[in-house]
Order: sequence, then C-alpha cells, then structure tokens
Amino acid sequence: MLNRYETVFILTPVLSEDQVKEAVKKYSDLIEKLGGRVESHENWGIKKLAYNIRKKASGFYHLLDFELEGSAMQDYEVAYKRDERILRFLTVKLEKHSLAYAEKRRSIRTKKEEAKA
Amino acid sequence: MATNSEIRYLTPIAVDTKKKKYCRFKKSGIKYIDYKDADFLMKFVNEQGKILPRRLTGTSLKYQKKVAQAIKRARHIALMPYVGDLLK
Repeated sequence: MLNRYETVFILTPVLSEDQVKEAVKKYSDLIEKLGGRVESHENWGIKKLAYNIRKKASGFYHLLDFELEGSAMQDYEVAYKRDERILRFLTVKLEKHSLAYAEKRRSIRTKKEEAKA
Repeated sequence: MATNSEIRYLTPIAVDTKKKKYCRFKKSGIKYIDYKDADFLMKFVNEQGKILPRRLTGTSLKYQKKVAQAIKRARHIALMPYVGDLLK
C-alpha cells in the first residue's frame, strides 16, 4: 500500500553546501528508486541542536515529504542508519489529520516564500 | 473593645474562585499536534523540560497523549532537550 510519510533528518555541520545538496539528492533519488514519489522538500538550514549529538552542537535540518510503499520502508530507513553524515532522523507516517496539517503548513510556507521573492 | 464584635469590610474580600480548566485543543479544534513546532510544545514542559501533567495544563486525556508523543519526537530530533535548566 502506498503511504505518505515525512522524514526529518539532521546532517553533520561539517559538510559543505554541495555535499548537503548531494546528500538530500541521494535520499530523494532513493525514494524514487524504491517506487515512491517525493512530494516536497524543506530546507530548514543550519540549526542549533538542543543537546549535543556525536559531539556536534548544530546540524543541517531537512524535511522530506513523500509517498512510498510500506514494504519499502525498511530499505529506506536502513540507508539512513548506514549513512555517517546523518546525525539523527525521524520518519513519521502521515494519517488523516497530520496529512491535512502538512498540506496546510506547506501552503503557508510557499506563500511566505512567494512574498519574499 | 472590638474583641467579640463582627469584623466588617468596606469591600467584599476576594475569595479565590477556581477558574475551570479546559482543554485548549478541544476548544480550538486542533486535531494534530506538530512535533516540529518546538516553540508551541514548550508550553507543555516545565523549566527542566519535563512534560507537565494534565492536572496542571487542563488538557484532555486524548490530547495529552498526543502532546506527550509530539514532545518525545521533538526531543529525538534535538528540537527540544531531554533535560534542561532554566528553559523559561
């Protein structure tokens, strides 16, 4: 069954801008390779962590909203676990209410970006 | 003198009338509590980052569970601390 998920992941702050882009691309490509579809990607930029993880006090936060087969989730999450650049990740399944919230949040964010541009 | 006479006040003394607590999620119709919104979740923890009990915040059981879940998720992705000091 195709489900909607969202993943928040934190990349180490030692990466360069290109390396960060490359890492994000890797995961969105992975989703497509597993037969899913990336709905949206949010870059929160570098943020201070509430506590140190692997002796790092900050990290690049990224949010991926995507559709994926439930059975492919295992392969998907293993990729994160194996990646040294990932400090933390959290995948959440979106159900009725959270999906509505995510859509609303995205529309607000795109509006804000349009206002900026 | 005024030992056993009645004490009378000019203005009625303020008796603490208990304000009825209510669940803010039920009242405002919030269905989903976002773990990404750390500023909002800060309202439900104390200075040390501990989750406040229902009896203090007035949240209904249904939503307290969701608040707790959201806070725990926020802690996992380091948006909120597991242990803190003087958070407020």
